[in-house]
Amino acid sequence: MTVIIAFLTVLGAVAVWWLSRQRLAAKPWLEASPAGSFPDREAVAWPAAKLGLCMFLAVAGSLFAVLISAYSLRMRAADWSSLPGTGLLWINTWLLVLSSLALQWAVVAVQRRDTTRAAAGLGVGGVSALLFLGGQLLVWRQLNAGGFYAESHPASAFFYLITAIHGLHLAGGMLALGRVGARVSMADGDAENVRLSVELCALYWHFLLVVWLLVCGILVLGPWAEWLYAICFGT
Amino acid sequence: MVDVTREFQDIERAEPEDVELYHPHSWITKYVFSQDAKVIAIQYSVTAMAIGMVALVLSWLMRLQLGFPGYFTFIDPATYYQFITMHGMIMVIYLLTALFLGGFGNYLIPLMLGARDMVFPYLNMLSYWIYLLAVLVLVASFFTPGGPTGAGWTLYPPQVILSGTPGQESGVFLMLVSLVLFIVGFTMGGLNYVVTVLQARTRGMTLMRMPLTIWGIFTATVLALLAFPALFVACIMLLLDRALGTSFFMPTLVEMGQTLSYGGGSPILFQHLFWFFGHPEVYIVALPAFGIVSDLISTHARKNIFGYRMMVWAIVAIGGLSFIVWAHHMYVSGMHPMFGFFFATTTLIIAVPTAIKVYNWVLTLWRGDIHLTVPMLFAIGFIITFLNGGLTGLFLGNVVVDVPLSDTMFVVAHFHMVMGVAPILAIFGAIYHWYPKITGRMLDEAMGQIHFWVTFLGAYAIFFPMHYLGLMGVPRRYHELGEMAFVPPSAEELNAFITVVALIVGFAQLVFLFNLVWSLFRGREAGGNPWRATTLEWQTPTTPPPHGNWGKELPVVYRWAYDYSVPGAAEDFVPQNQPAPAGAAE
Amino acid sequence: MSQDRRWLLGGLAVVFGFVGLFLASRAGHGIFYWIGLIVFLAAVGTIFGFVRAAFDEAEGKAQTPQHLVPLTMLAVAVGSVVFHFLSPWWWSPIASNWGYIDQTIIITFWITGVAFTAIVVFLAYCLYRFGHQAGRRAAYEPESRRLEFWLTMGTAAGVVAMLAPGLIVWSQFVTVPEEAAEIEIVGQQWQWSFRYPGEDGRLGRSDTRLVSNDNPLGLDPNDPNGADDVVVQNVDLRLPVDRPLKVLLRSLDVLHDFYVPEFRAKMDMIPGTVTYFWVEPTRTGTFDILCAELCGVGHAYMRGRVEVMEESQYQAWLQQQPTFAALANGYARVTSRSPDGGEASARSSVR
Ligand code: HEM
Ligand SMILES: [Cu+2]
Ligand SMILES: [Cu+2]
Repeated sequence: MTVIIAFLTVLGAVAVWWLSRQRLAAKPWLEASPAGSFPDREAVAWPAAKLGLCMFLAVAGSLFAVLISAYSLRMRAADWSSLPGTGLLWINTWLLVLSSLALQWAVVAVQRRDTTRAAAGLGVGGVSALLFLGGQLLVWRQLNAGGFYAESHPASAFFYLITAIHGLHLAGGMLALGRVGARVSMADGDAENVRLSVELCALYWHFLLVVWLLVCGILVLGPWAEWLYAICFGT
Repeated sequence: MVDVTREFQDIERAEPEDVELYHPHSWITKYVFSQDAKVIAIQYSVTAMAIGMVALVLSWLMRLQLGFPGYFTFIDPATYYQFITMHGMIMVIYLLTALFLGGFGNYLIPLMLGARDMVFPYLNMLSYWIYLLAVLVLVASFFTPGGPTGAGWTLYPPQVILSGTPGQESGVFLMLVSLVLFIVGFTMGGLNYVVTVLQARTRGMTLMRMPLTIWGIFTATVLALLAFPALFVACIMLLLDRALGTSFFMPTLVEMGQTLSYGGGSPILFQHLFWFFGHPEVYIVALPAFGIVSDLISTHARKNIFGYRMMVWAIVAIGGLSFIVWAHHMYVSGMHPMFGFFFATTTLIIAVPTAIKVYNWVLTLWRGDIHLTVPMLFAIGFIITFLNGGLTGLFLGNVVVDVPLSDTMFVVAHFHMVMGVAPILAIFGAIYHWYPKITGRMLDEAMGQIHFWVTFLGAYAIFFPMHYLGLMGVPRRYHELGEMAFVPPSAEELNAFITVVALIVGFAQLVFLFNLVWSLFRGREAGGNPWRATTLEWQTPTTPPPHGNWGKELPVVYRWAYDYSVPGAAEDFVPQNQPAPAGAAE
Repeated sequence: MSQDRRWLLGGLAVVFGFVGLFLASRAGHGIFYWIGLIVFLAAVGTIFGFVRAAFDEAEGKAQTPQHLVPLTMLAVAVGSVVFHFLSPWWWSPIASNWGYIDQTIIITFWITGVAFTAIVVFLAYCLYRFGHQAGRRAAYEPESRRLEFWLTMGTAAGVVAMLAPGLIVWSQFVTVPEEAAEIEIVGQQWQWSFRYPGEDGRLGRSDTRLVSNDNPLGLDPNDPNGADDVVVQNVDLRLPVDRPLKVLLRSLDVLHDFYVPEFRAKMDMIPGTVTYFWVEPTRTGTFDILCAELCGVGHAYMRGRVEVMEESQYQAWLQQQPTFAALANGYARVTSRSPDGGEASARSSVR
């Protein structure tokens, strides 16, 4: 469970940092203020949607951290054998990187109030994400053909499970991306309205990319991960 | 004032504009598919209490079986196990979690913080409907062939999906699906509560001016958001093991002489995942109760909560620590013995901030002006039962003491005291306290008194002696003692006694339900602020508050939530939205 | 209190009184007798209280403040302590070396008991002393750093006083003595089986995949260590007294938990792994074995017995049991009787 604990520690550090700026050591009973006088606003000033998405990413992050924890807990058992990596996974990874880059490009465009380019960026991002999902299905087919069924060994079961959950997150993101894409292409140069949505899509995509890199690293480089683990934790 | 957020100065207040508020157009969108947090809160609460009644009735049946084994022939071991499973799961998840966060969270967060509504009302509505669906799926498992699962609320594999366990045919599917739905629905609601607290506070409502109720609910929601994913993963993996024959949790095993096709999985992995969620879950129901009780005590003792800052820090500290104690549920699970040292230490460390909270509640009463209203009584009942249950927790947390006591009735008595009775008493207190705001009428006092005394003394009489059965060695999850040489016959009598009291306590809840309905029509008119409380929800222009809560203008906050009996003030309470006299500040 | 309400509550008290009386008379003795009596007396007291209050009111005497609530809370504290000392329900006499665990429990009882009583008594006192009176105002007292500091320190000291002995005993619990003899207990739905190492004192390898009708515990026939192992099913577990034992635990199907209340120790059995604990029986006699981990519908019926006997007796019994190798070679398909007339065959087929 080291991974999830580490993840939560990071979140906890952020929370402590934030709380430390909230004057938690103040004595509120001494601080009644006269009419019309307010302490400076202390609410988080991000747009609600952005804050909401960040919170969701924390939740999704802990979901993946738990999955990875479970995987590595199991991996340390004596009878473990990891799956063989397939070349296709590399292609998929590059597709996802491309997708993320395209969305980042869209963000830059929309910040420059260029909705046409933004729409193009979203389009490229969407298509490459779709290709990624298709590629993942192909990987599944390959594994199946190679005799790695979900039932045959926990290693393959974990592989299917983790990739499926990651894929579902991406598919869910596609829905949002589709909506945002439609709005951007109809925005007609009015970038302010769609700017936040594009940024949030990109944020989500980057998150899923990072998750994928970690997950893929651990699933495919299983032995390596174990080696790393040994170095870090001495067991 | 220290300036902490200068860089955000240019950004306007984050309160929702009036135009943004969703306006219902028909009866259906107003009361059924409503996006008003208060209506959603009531929907959550009513659903939770309805399913809670099912769990209560199940507890009667279990108690009848335990108290008078052999008399009730329709309760065989299989049904008994189905009852404990459904009872435990419903009570913990579908009643307490839903009621504290979905119910009180929805009702109180916007009102106490001076917001008009939750930040994402649509998501909020969806959250309730998914919760309802989860409840319905759960209830459906009573009617499927084979009945609900009987694996215990911990759902430990391998037995949960093997044929030696009742409900293995379909009950276990429905249970897991229902949990998954619950988690999805809860996450939608939870994101709302967190973002609302972070963002939609009205002007002047700094974190340190928030009532402890909000602190409790907020922290509990954060815990739930981060802990539920572990249960989610565990449920999905278990579903796959059952449905597709994967072996996440299933080692090679021989069931009834047949070697099954599973192999290579780890049952302990499930326990880690389950308790990684399961322990924070205890605090998910305890922290809101802490907050609520703090506010009840302060209001009804007319005195500020003692050591407010310490209370806040303790809530946050407990929340953080609750993630690193989970394996105290696994001391005898055969995990590596070295873990015992670590987890016993962390577990006992949590006792310190928790104890401080108890001291501060009692110290709030010291030199107070205590009104023994029904909410106050329930708050006192909470302190005593929580204290009792917390102290027995020190037995179970101290690894070697847990060895003889784990999986005995001692554990059952402990967790009922600390996360069954105590939070339920807090909930009752909260309902008596806030009912006037919700409906505009007071709950009947006499019925409330009867309800309190029977429930509190009864519950104590049920669960206090039960510890001693466990100490003697009576295991939990036994539908009858059968012949055990070390159990004297008087233990059977004790069991019968507990059953009788449990039935009495159960029926006292009917008084409460009757009171809820009766007072709705016949209760005394409450007025806007019957308890003369300081917090914002009591300062709404109309009671019950309408959609949008505050009429034309949002309230603004000038002081903390506990200005009771301030020396020199005219009244013994100063509402949060009342400014300090000009010139007098700092 | 209004007249109506007094009548209502008085009437209720009468009903309760009768119920109590009825209960006491039916039970005749034991717990229900006492309960009934207490309920009856409480009801009588309540009714007297009402009558007195009604007279006081009629005479225009000042109403005394209500003391019922603090008194009840006090009664809860005192009652819990009294119950603790007087109740007949306590742990069974210990039969192993884990008296340390009992001592740790006693320490914990003292510390928590004192804390509980002190806090509840203080609470009751506050309720008594600071009950609402017209015209009084609560003190204004946001916090007291000093008081909170000392309370924190006191609590920490209490926690350390419980944790330190706990951890010391735990380290004993997890440190198996070198000379401990091994013995294996295997759980399956819903029965116990036992395996003793033979002459060589070592248990052979085992694997769930090898389980079959002729090899109910899945011993590895190729492991020479296992050849002289003795497997018994459907009989009592026999253990020598005063010898430390490392109890290895295995399960063939689901989780079980080997639990003998008199030994105090217990541990889950997990399919796929071998768990263990160690214990030294210190008293001869026969004790119940229970399963303490839910394992399906038969969980409560998964019983067994352990017979702790003198070393010589134990050895004599063990000598008589056929070894695994002998059984595997098809000898001794006869049932072998145990010395005391024997209750079952040492080798019985699984189901
Ligand atoms: C007066 C009310 C209640 C009574 C009489 C009662 C009774 C029982 C009984 C008899 C059992 C089974 C014990 C066993 O054989 O192992 C049980 C289990 C349980 N109860 Fe309650 N209960 C009550 C309220 C609650 C509440 C409010 C909660 C909320 C936390 C709760 C949570 C549980 C849990 C989690 C279990 C364990 C189920 C399992 O072993 O899988 N109960 N209860
Ligand atoms: Cu816990
Ligand atoms: Cu069992």
